[in-house]
Amino acid sequence: MSKATRQAFGEALAKLGETHPEIVVLDADLAKSTKSELFAKKFPDRFFEMGIAEANMIGTAAGLSFTGKLPFLCSFGCFLTGRYDTIRLSVAYAQANVRMIGTHAGVGIGDDGHSQMGLEDISLMRALPTMGVFQPMDAKETEHLMDFLVKEWKGPAYVRLTRQALPELYPAGAPFKPGKLMEIRGAKNPQVVCIGSGAGVAEAVGASEKLAARGITMSVWNAHSLKPFDDETTLKIAQGAKLVVTVEDHSVIGGLGSCVAEAFASKGANAPLMKLGIQDLFGESGEGPELFDKHGISAQAIADQVAARIAESR
Amino acid sequence: MLTEAKSGHPGGSLSAIDLLTALWFKEMRGVESPNALTQDRDRFVLSKGHGVPALYAILAKKGFIKVSDLMTLRKTGSLLQGHPDRVRMPIVEASTGSLGQGLSVAQGLAMGLKMDKKNSQVFCMLGDGEIQEGQVWEAAMSAPKFKLSNLVAILDANNGQIDGAVDQVMPIEPIADKWRAFGWHVIEINGHDMVEILRAYSESRTLHEKGSTKPVFILARTVKGKGVSFMENNIGWHGVVPKSEEAKRAIDELRKAGK
Repeated sequence: MSKATRQAFGEALAKLGETHPEIVVLDADLAKSTKSELFAKKFPDRFFEMGIAEANMIGTAAGLSFTGKLPFLCSFGCFLTGRYDTIRLSVAYAQANVRMIGTHAGVGIGDDGHSQMGLEDISLMRALPTMGVFQPMDAKETEHLMDFLVKEWKGPAYVRLTRQALPELYPAGAPFKPGKLMEIRGAKNPQVVCIGSGAGVAEAVGASEKLAARGITMSVWNAHSLKPFDDETTLKIAQGAKLVVTVEDHSVIGGLGSCVAEAFASKGANAPLMKLGIQDLFGESGEGPELFDKHGISAQAIADQVAARIAESR
Repeated sequence: MLTEAKSGHPGGSLSAIDLLTALWFKEMRGVESPNALTQDRDRFVLSKGHGVPALYAILAKKGFIKVSDLMTLRKTGSLLQGHPDRVRMPIVEASTGSLGQGLSVAQGLAMGLKMDKKNSQVFCMLGDGEIQEGQVWEAAMSAPKFKLSNLVAILDANNGQIDGAVDQVMPIEPIADKWRAFGWHVIEINGHDMVEILRAYSESRTLHEKGSTKPVFILARTVKGKGVSFMENNIGWHGVVPKSEEAKRAIDELRKAGK
């Protein structure tokens, strides 16, 4: 069953609220869209509607955290991270124990167009010391991540969620290993190693099936944590690969592609890296799947680009 | 302190010092000494973070920091950062210095304390130039919605900012009318008159304890560089520190006035 990660978030939050009275939730007039309304309906005394004023919401959440609360503040990723200076000083520098939930990630939201698409949010948040940056690939992983963020993580964190439904990919019963890459589609000595994050993972899985039909083996890994990033596994799985591919519905500047490039550069890994994602462009209106095609991150587009690259190297 | 650091903001520290002294030595509860801090204590957020030398002087006097540390202000490795840092020095409650953010954080503190049914008050000092920032007005709009009678904003209205007089750079008047219209209980005082200052603080607490639903805004008219003849109302002293001869003269004048 497929489900949007924002929906899984809202459900998990409402559930965690039962056992964690310290959780409070703030939203900036988007509770219906971010799904924080599921918590609001159940715990109206612990939900604060802050109106269309994100910077004030962010600072208020920091203050609440200093009294021992665990605030979740929610909006679209682009609107939250657009209030960068407030996040930088009131939250990150102050090491406020705040969970920032940015929904409507990437071009996948479709018709609303550029102004509503979070496309640089990971990049911006990764640059802040103490900030954890996470992006689950499906509903189940969102549940695990929420549990981790409530029970274990200390300090500020940013979580990036999708508007659109994503297929179930999380292996049944698999333990959640915070910060670690997880293999989603294995292959013995794969020619290509693909690392995806968020909505990119399902597309990568689709691409691996298409490539298999063309005689190209590609393993698929999921990165739910962009910071801290699992350099160790990245370098390990890249060994022997002809090509490493990253797939993300986010700018290739500062996102997953950059995480992998940085890991490679620091340790001298020599696999060529193909960074698929939004290539230093603005978003635009359209159907989500069509935009995935146009920007080269649909299963078909990934498969075509990988096959072309492998053909070149032969 | 500032002369030793060779940079900082003397004008805005001196305009705030009377308000801060009255607050920390007479009004705030639960901050008598660093050993007695409880969750019931009053909180103070210095939103105009550049005025922090005045706060450091008070914190040193109260034993939160060592008097000998005052001379390390702004130096590498010092606890005394150029602007408040709650990680290095938790008693400052919020990290500030980019103007316009402190009132939101203070509001969050007030909301949390209210949820926990604490009686404590949260005081937040802003500069008048600072309220040119849009985020301040977001907070001004939301605090009355949440009926935060435990929140007190103190405006150090010294009519000075880096590029000139506030009323020239970007006029903000009528200040009292604006905050009243946003739903605050406004008290206007002379920010260097101890009687008026203490009366305003005590009025804010009485209102809170008697079940008022409004946050309080104290509009304190102050003089930039107060107490030092050559600094008073001279915008040039916003972010310029006195040379050691000037510092000596300034301290002499302040000492004499204190007698």
